[in-house]
Amino acid sequence: MTLAAWLSQVLSSRARFAVLGAGALLLLIPLFPLWQITMFANQFPEGLRLSIYAHQLVGGNGGNDLQGINILNHYIGMREIQAADFVEMKFIPFVLGIFILLGLRTAVFARVGNVVDMLVLFCYFALFSLGTFAYRMYSYGHQLSPDAPIKVPGFTPPVFGHQRIANFDVYSYPGFGSLLLGLFVLGLAAVLFFEVRRFRRQAAA
Amino acid sequence: MKRQLCIAALVVAAACAPSKGPQGGANSRLADAREAAQRTFVEPGKLDEFYLFYSGGHSGQVYVAGVPSMRHIATIPVFAPYPATGYGFDTESKAMLGGYTWGDVHHPALSKTKGDYDGRWLFVNDNANNRVARIDLRDFKTHQILGPIANSSGNHGSAFVTENTEYALVASRFSIPIPRGTYAPTSKYATDYKGVLSGIKVDSATGEMSVAWQIMTPPFDWDLASTGKEVSRDWVVWSSYNSERAIGRLEVTAAQRDRDYITFVNWRMAAAAAAQGKGKIIAGVRVLNPKEVPGMMFLVPLAKSPHGADFSPDGRYVVGGGKLAPYVTVYDFQKFLAAAESNDTIGNEDGIPVLRYESIRVAEVPVGLGPLHTQFDDQGYAYTSLFVESAIAKWKLGPFDGHDSALVVAKIPVNFSVGHLVTAHGDARHPVGRYLISMNKLSKGRHLNVGPSQPESSQLIDITGDGMSMLYEAYTEPEPHFAQLVRADLLHPIEVYPKAENKNPNAIWAASDAKITRRPGIVEVKIYSIRSYFAPNEIEVQQGDSVILHVTNAEQERDMLHGFGLAAYNINVVMDPGETKTIAFRATKPGVYPFYCTNFCSAMHQEMQGYFLVKPRAGTTVAAGAEGGN
Repeated sequence: MTLAAWLSQVLSSRARFAVLGAGALLLLIPLFPLWQITMFANQFPEGLRLSIYAHQLVGGNGGNDLQGINILNHYIGMREIQAADFVEMKFIPFVLGIFILLGLRTAVFARVGNVVDMLVLFCYFALFSLGTFAYRMYSYGHQLSPDAPIKVPGFTPPVFGHQRIANFDVYSYPGFGSLLLGLFVLGLAAVLFFEVRRFRRQAAA
Repeated sequence: MKRQLCIAALVVAAACAPSKGPQGGANSRLADAREAAQRTFVEPGKLDEFYLFYSGGHSGQVYVAGVPSMRHIATIPVFAPYPATGYGFDTESKAMLGGYTWGDVHHPALSKTKGDYDGRWLFVNDNANNRVARIDLRDFKTHQILGPIANSSGNHGSAFVTENTEYALVASRFSIPIPRGTYAPTSKYATDYKGVLSGIKVDSATGEMSVAWQIMTPPFDWDLASTGKEVSRDWVVWSSYNSERAIGRLEVTAAQRDRDYITFVNWRMAAAAAAQGKGKIIAGVRVLNPKEVPGMMFLVPLAKSPHGADFSPDGRYVVGGGKLAPYVTVYDFQKFLAAAESNDTIGNEDGIPVLRYESIRVAEVPVGLGPLHTQFDDQGYAYTSLFVESAIAKWKLGPFDGHDSALVVAKIPVNFSVGHLVTAHGDARHPVGRYLISMNKLSKGRHLNVGPSQPESSQLIDITGDGMSMLYEAYTEPEPHFAQLVRADLLHPIEVYPKAENKNPNAIWAASDAKITRRPGIVEVKIYSIRSYFAPNEIEVQQGDSVILHVTNAEQERDMLHGFGLAAYNINVVMDPGETKTIAFRATKPGVYPFYCTNFCSAMHQEMQGYFLVKPRAGTTVAAGAEGGN
């Protein structure tokens, strides 16, 4: 009965604001890249950059690096990297909107259970997105055209960290947008932490 | 002062490597070799501090080098085709060249704002066919060639720009009966042949040039110009030779008088007179007669067969060099104005007042033999090239109190026979100093032997401090005349043509947009080029068709150039990233001809090729020698 009581506990007003604040962070997501891939080679000391946003792909150097990367990739038969391939770019903005709405709902109904729902759903959503991203990297690296000028064995571009691919050093790291997503998760977790403490204190009183 | 110099000289001498030959003061020897090497060494991957734009003379081109390394960086084709960049093969540059295959570039002039270089354009003259070209420093390309300019012949005294680039100025070296095409025997040289000075209006936004007005002059050979600054901003000076109005063997006939002339022309007054409708239209240009515009043009005697006439940075003095005199003459601009106002004349030439030399000249500085051209630094020094003496003199620009010989502070021998010299911003309102480049006419075997056609040499000289020291020597493409040396941070060129700026209706950005359009007798193709293919890679036409190819380089990455060479049809264009070029020709020769990317682009560059197929016209038999040229 304690768990059910906790889940139906009404959030403190501070917690409500915290949930609203966490939801507001999601509004900022489209402004920052979720993931960034940078490639360096001897003749590319300035690097070729690719930024993956919730809703778009943006090449570095005023957008030109995307074409640059695709031109290089076509030699190994990799298909053109383009935003249309990323189904995530269609569902992520939509899902983020749902979480903002859920945040508003939680602030109004203000039950701990709402926060738990949000956190669980969000973790699932984040892991699912990361998984599809990893699969996309795998697909780009493995579905190579058989008539490519340069034949290379299938490979997975790095999802996280550094990898040497031919003459390129490729670095792949989360961007500032992912940091905001992490803050969202931490914010909700903190709310739950404080709500647990408050629940125990009240039970003791 | 003298003692300090002696001490400085001793110190320099002590640091010097042993030198050969008797000439040259101690402070004009080669700088310590190691120190000189350090001063000029620019690490691989590091940038030079200055751009040197030097004229290529009768090569018709402009060359770009870095200073202090003196490394040649680029060639900017202007008046001659240049296959390396595809210049002169596409319809646009071909039209600019107008059928000429050479030019004679002498005097590059950077555009100015308030008398200082603004890094926008470089104007260059063509001494051969009376043209002026504009290079845009945004992309280092020739964007306009104006001319042949009507009435003018032998555009030597050009291109010099006014304080805010209102005008680029042009003067004829060869007098002819005008308009061009008129006949008169040379026995009528003195009266029927005319010199012509031209004002070329420069649009302040686009740089577009147009002939605004001309001034008809006696048949002197106009030589070099310099534009005024500050107090003298409305004026331009030109030196002249052959004030004798002689014909025949000019080296004798035009060297009889002790003095020729320097002319002072008020270009603002000329522009106003032209606007008022003075003068008459000759060959479509309004030509002013100086007699009808009093106050616009004056002559001042200048020692024998002069070359340089150069305004000091503050516009207060003009330095004139008479090639056959051992000194430069310094004129005071204020005294010139006073003499002009008080009508202090000694006569006239076809109605143009000749002012009294003694009233205007403030010094005759004995710089040495054969003074040609003077540039300035930021420390109050002037530098004069001495052709005959094969040296450069450094001298103090004042005070002019009668002790003229004391003004010369140093001299350095150069190898050999310097023509023009250039200092950093040396003809601008605020010179930068530091370096001087001596552009020598002869190198006489100082280089690895390359046979009888010997190169021209240019020598880099350190001009900091009181003396001068030799730093470096390079073999500049023939033939450097004047140059411009400008701080690198003033220029901001692009590295690719942004796709968004390409307004060419025939530009395409995807292979799927490549298209062959056929109309009766005409085949027009939009060609897409990118690493490492052309689309389409086969173009088939009928013999006799007019073929128009628009080739777009769809790259947006720096240094990803593609070429399009169709050898059998004598075509090679090069497209920079984001650029579209058009080629037009007639498919006269039947057969199959390969085309290929001529500008190395990628690992698969060699594979970047295709076929141009010309189907023979019905009834045509293919001759065995079809490949035998056009």
